Amino acid sequence: MKKAAIALYVLITIALMIWGYYQAIYGAPTDAMQGELFRIIFYHVPSASVAFSFFGVSLAGSIAYLGFRRNHADWAQVSDAWALAAAEVGVVFCTVVLITGPIWGRRAWGIWWTWDARLTTTLVLWLIYVSYLLLRRFAAGPQMQTYAAVLGIFGALDVPIVYMSNRWWRTQHPAPVFGGSEGSGMDPSMVPAFLWNMLAWFCWGFLILGIRYYVERQHQKIAENEALEALNA
Amino acid sequence: MPRALWTHLVKDLRIELRSLDAFVSMLFFSLLVVVLFSIAFDPHGDFSRDIAGGVLSVATMFASVSALNQAWAREIRHNVIDAQRMAPTPGAELFLAKVIANFLFVTIVQVILAPFFLIFYNLHIEGQAWLLAVVLPLGTWALVGNGIFFAALSIRTRNRELLLSLILFPIFIPALLAMVRATTSILTGDGDPTLWIKLLLGYDIIFTTTSLLLFDVVFHAE
Repeated sequence: MKKAAIALYVLITIALMIWGYYQAIYGAPTDAMQGELFRIIFYHVPSASVAFSFFGVSLAGSIAYLGFRRNHADWAQVSDAWALAAAEVGVVFCTVVLITGPIWGRRAWGIWWTWDARLTTTLVLWLIYVSYLLLRRFAAGPQMQTYAAVLGIFGALDVPIVYMSNRWWRTQHPAPVFGGSEGSGMDPSMVPAFLWNMLAWFCWGFLILGIRYYVERQHQKIAENEALEALNA
Repeated sequence: MPRALWTHLVKDLRIELRSLDAFVSMLFFSLLVVVLFSIAFDPHGDFSRDIAGGVLSVATMFASVSALNQAWAREIRHNVIDAQRMAPTPGAELFLAKVIANFLFVTIVQVILAPFFLIFYNLHIEGQAWLLAVVLPLGTWALVGNGIFFAALSIRTRNRELLLSLILFPIFIPALLAMVRATTSILTGDGDPTLWIKLLLGYDIIFTTTSLLLFDVVFHAE
């Protein structure tokens, strides 16, 4: 039953990805001002949303790990696996954002990169989570999970400060397309394509997240068994 | 002042006074950075004022890493760090003592470095010079506070000296930006550094509080 549900989810995700691609490339009309170039929004914005949501999941996992680590060892391991999986998959999606952004910027602004609030925040966020993954690689033993959780919390605290500091510094990124000021918003004919892609990328993100979480749990169980065997030997 | 904090602080200051290890390496390293930058960029006139704030902040940042690495490494000898772990005093006091001690070292280095800096970059300060006495300590506190915390975190890892820089620098970015902007606006006299000073103050308060709260978690992690 469980296997069937997973298989169904995978099939739905693949179908959504194909449908989302069709909508993005053929379904949505060409933008009046930007031409074909605007279609990158169907990849850039969903990837950013997935990345930021997953960094949120990672933060929640880190906090939960610190809360559970004394009294509920099992829950703590589960939280840690979520924190790691979400950070890793988040970094991948964040990388996609940082690659698609400059591609668009080169054509629309004439420059690859600018030190603007949102660009810098995303880059710093990426740097922080890469350093988080490096810490997990360099530290060993059970302390590593505690260290990683603490660093996760520090990193999350840093993000709003980076954002504010760069807003004061300079801002060039286009004003939010959704929920922005007057004159913002998409043409209604483009909205379905956007929502389909949003859904498809979130489904895809959760699929990868789930697989990574499963792998990490298996790692934890193997490590646990090895430790038990070493004790009994 | 709490007794444990005082004991740790006096001990650290005395060790440093007798060996001058961290101090000398920091001073020479930051001097090197200042010289190297002035050779690389050939600063003169307005241009030197524009980059001076950045050079000073980055020189401080790189130099203080050498002191931060030694801050906990010297406690490993004779298992002092294990004794500190077992001591029935709050870890926050130990943490704060280390931060204050290293803050003093870095500040003294900056004070000694300042004249060289003014000479090499031919600076004369256009804005309110006394504000530098607010900006630099706030920036240094941000650096040293987080640095001591992450040094305690990386002390029991492989490649600990490298790892400290890898995790400290990304977190330090907003404070570095504020420090550079404020220093530059004081040196050039353009713009108002107050906003950046407020940002630095906020950064210091947020991260010092978090470090004090989480230090025991990191220090006693097993």
